[in-house]
Amino acid sequence: MRLERAFRMDAPLFLGLLALGGLSLVVLYSAGNQDVDLLYRQSFRLLIGLAVMGVLARISPETFTRWTPFIYGFGMACLVLVLVVGIVGKGAQRWLDLGVVQFQPAEIMKLGVPMMVAWWLTRNPLPPGWRDLGLAVLIIGAPTMLVVLQPDLGTAVLIAAAGVLVILLAGLSWRLIVILAGAAGALAPVGWLFLHEYQQRRILTLFDPWSDPLGAGYHTIQSIIAVGSGGLSGKGWLNGSQSHLDFIPERGTDFIFAVFAEEFGFYGGIGMIALYIFLVGRGLYISFYAQGTYTRLVAGSLSLTFFLYVFVNIGMVSGIVPVVGVPLPLVSYGGTSMVTLMAGFGILMSIHSHKKLMPK
Amino acid sequence: MSNGIRIQDYLSDTKLVQSRLIAASIFVLLLCGVLLWRLFDLQIAQNLRFDTLSQENRIRLMPLPPVRGQIYDRHGVPLAQNLPVYAIEIQPDRIDDMEATLDVVSRMVTLSDEELVQFRKALRTRPRFEAQVLKSGLSDEEVARFSANQHLVDGVELTARLRRYYPHDGEMVHVVGYVGRISEDDLGRIDRAAYRGTDYIGKLGVEERYENELLGEVGYEEVETNAHGKIVRVVSSKKSVAGKDLFLSIDAGLQMAAREYLGDFKGAVVAVEPATGSVLAFASNPIYDPNPFVEGISSRDYQALRQDPDRPLLNRALNGRYAPGSTIKPFFAMGALDNGVDPARTTYCPGYFTLPGSSRQYRCWRREGHGAMNLHDAIVRSCDVYFYQLARALGIEKLSEAMLRFGLGRTTGIDLSGEPSGLAPTPEWKQNSRGEVWYPGETISAGIGQGYTLVTPLQLAMATATIANRGKRMLPRIVDHARDASTGTPDYVEPQVLEQVDADSPDHYRRVVDAMTDVLHGERGTARGSARGAEYRYAGKTGTAQVIGIAQGERYDEDAIAEQFRDHALFIAFAPVDDPKIAVAVIAENGGGGSRTAAPIARKVMDYYLIGPPEAVENPDEA
Repeated sequence: MRLERAFRMDAPLFLGLLALGGLSLVVLYSAGNQDVDLLYRQSFRLLIGLAVMGVLARISPETFTRWTPFIYGFGMACLVLVLVVGIVGKGAQRWLDLGVVQFQPAEIMKLGVPMMVAWWLTRNPLPPGWRDLGLAVLIIGAPTMLVVLQPDLGTAVLIAAAGVLVILLAGLSWRLIVILAGAAGALAPVGWLFLHEYQQRRILTLFDPWSDPLGAGYHTIQSIIAVGSGGLSGKGWLNGSQSHLDFIPERGTDFIFAVFAEEFGFYGGIGMIALYIFLVGRGLYISFYAQGTYTRLVAGSLSLTFFLYVFVNIGMVSGIVPVVGVPLPLVSYGGTSMVTLMAGFGILMSIHSHKKLMPK
Repeated sequence: MSNGIRIQDYLSDTKLVQSRLIAASIFVLLLCGVLLWRLFDLQIAQNLRFDTLSQENRIRLMPLPPVRGQIYDRHGVPLAQNLPVYAIEIQPDRIDDMEATLDVVSRMVTLSDEELVQFRKALRTRPRFEAQVLKSGLSDEEVARFSANQHLVDGVELTARLRRYYPHDGEMVHVVGYVGRISEDDLGRIDRAAYRGTDYIGKLGVEERYENELLGEVGYEEVETNAHGKIVRVVSSKKSVAGKDLFLSIDAGLQMAAREYLGDFKGAVVAVEPATGSVLAFASNPIYDPNPFVEGISSRDYQALRQDPDRPLLNRALNGRYAPGSTIKPFFAMGALDNGVDPARTTYCPGYFTLPGSSRQYRCWRREGHGAMNLHDAIVRSCDVYFYQLARALGIEKLSEAMLRFGLGRTTGIDLSGEPSGLAPTPEWKQNSRGEVWYPGETISAGIGQGYTLVTPLQLAMATATIANRGKRMLPRIVDHARDASTGTPDYVEPQVLEQVDADSPDHYRRVVDAMTDVLHGERGTARGSARGAEYRYAGKTGTAQVIGIAQGERYDEDAIAEQFRDHALFIAFAPVDDPKIAVAVIAENGGGGSRTAAPIARKVMDYYLIGPPEAVENPDEA
């Protein structure tokens, strides 16, 4: 309780995140072939993330509300800048990767888009009318397109998802949801034509990875074998043969769950998913009891987006979702996304810890 | 809006969103159920199957990286090659006594302390079945000695891989560029599967622009391994496909000679073949050695290059932006003819020009004046006053249009990345970029290629080629053809005509080309000295671009001015006049006058190309 009052932290979330961070280090130690340097770097990132979370938790939700259009505008400006400078920057500069902190405007938008959509929709009573809906689609579409142009399809989809979740929470009528889902299904074949050949192959092999065991299906098959051979209680820490004989691609990052499931088995899997449900559940609880519609929408969207990452990653590793580059949140090594995720939790904590006695 | 309605809205909003949150929670639980069901299916229901598969999982896929295509000049001189680099690798779990083994190896090859420290660190941190590099970059002698004694050390192996090498040090760097290690940045935008096993990616120049052609296709080797992951036998393989070899239109000998002719001057020489747009020489001085960039240049060396006041990293031929000075005059003459200016009409040159109602004098380079000048004489003798007058008559919009038609002040579309557009200034541009109005005096300066006007050496060469072609504006190209490494089939980049400039006026071209010919072969031509003894007739134009402004009433005195503020020397030319084979643009930074410094360089470049390399030029590759 003292923690909560002094730092505006939410103890359950804080402890859950610490547990997940610790688990990450345990799995990474194995996935990274006992590379201690790797653990230092991951711990360092975690600490930065926690610091960002701590700072954001102390900022009041009213401040976030007020700053929302500016955050969004700043993010848009950066995205445009990246496109322009990205072209000019094609010179001798590129090789100079001295590990300076890289700044990705797309990451801001993972938070900026849901905040902006919530800000816009809560100007009028819910559910949103056609005009507000149209503008919300624009608010989501513009940054999404800019990120697609970078090109970073994976992040673009996640940004769009965060925004769309706000619209869904804001009470888009169920009938419209069904119609749109149907339309999306009908348009899918058209979108198919716009995919790269290798992307098409990834989706095709999802349905039958064994159709191309040494080509596009290879990663999926090896990953499924790793998970499946883990059994009830796993092969034991540091003992995953699939993982350690290099069968698992990118085992420290996108496929880290395969290493975990091989070494800790079904029990481990249940444990990790339970930990995620706990975090997402706490987030949804905060959203449910939030004061103010804006904060409720933002908290709900952030929690659900977090879950989306988890579902897509574990689904990808276990072969029910196509291979897309989404890391397992807070467990996969590195990624600029760690700070963004922690920032999201910081906002959740702020929403929860700044509640007033009287409803406004 | 009253407060009551607000609270009511708030309550209904809350109920709505809360109901959605409940729905979302149910959805989340359902999806978690799907995940758990899937894990149950894999780990419990099908566990036996996957356990067996993992036990028997002895078949691994090893990527076979493709060999990167090589780059040659038009005569087949290699400009970028792949050379084998030998390394010694040790697989720790096959060694019983590591210290003894290291001792034996150290008697065959020299091991530095740093190499040993690195290796010992790898021993501690990497799995024992993984081979570690002990030493790379072995000399031929070391390779021979080790090969002869390899049987003494089981578990120690000699491996060879290919590394990019640029044989002419820095001579070709501004064309060919270089490859470097794939960075985090690159990883985000490439298809990682295509780069499996490949460590390098094109970063600059042709290496960067033609990455897709050069890369090739990755292959796979299916190998059977033992329980420790050691390869026992190869089951099957899909060969990698080597990248395409590129043949440039560049004549490496000509380009190196051109840079040599520049001597100590910073600057650029661009030579093109007018009929095809093929770039023959693309020299930029100074140069730098791309080879250290391949493995990653040290940050100290890179900073030294960046901070070098001569700016060797700047590709002056492509990215250098200069005031064209008087080399712009033939193009303005074309614009004048196109706008109906009578070429026979004369302007009197007293040595200076003033705008009505202003006392400011715009000087002619010849202080005593040229007297009565028509269009022809104004080009031959490079009379500034004639062109001041012309600029005033045409106006800045027409001048800008005359430049752009010939591709000056806009990108040429060459197959190299990062080309700047330069600038053909207009009042609109000035308003938008600086928020200032255009002054009439700025039009006068623009008339002799000063002021805001900026062009690149490549643009100048292409514009000259367009005049040589009598209006056919070509797309410049560096790569002539790609060659499939396995079949040997060449794939030509076809010459491409961008547009016909002023196609209906052969008469205009005749007049301007005549004047440009008299610049060299006429009695009073500004560059007649450099054409002395030429075995062919050629056409050209000198230019001298001011680096600093000279105050009213002051004289430009070369000796009194520090070198970096001296005028840039420019020269454009094409030869022979009636059947142009080569068009050249020369810029010598701080070279003083165009006729004295730049024109002789252009003459030597054309001599080299049309007649042959002089004996004195050392060119071991063509020997």
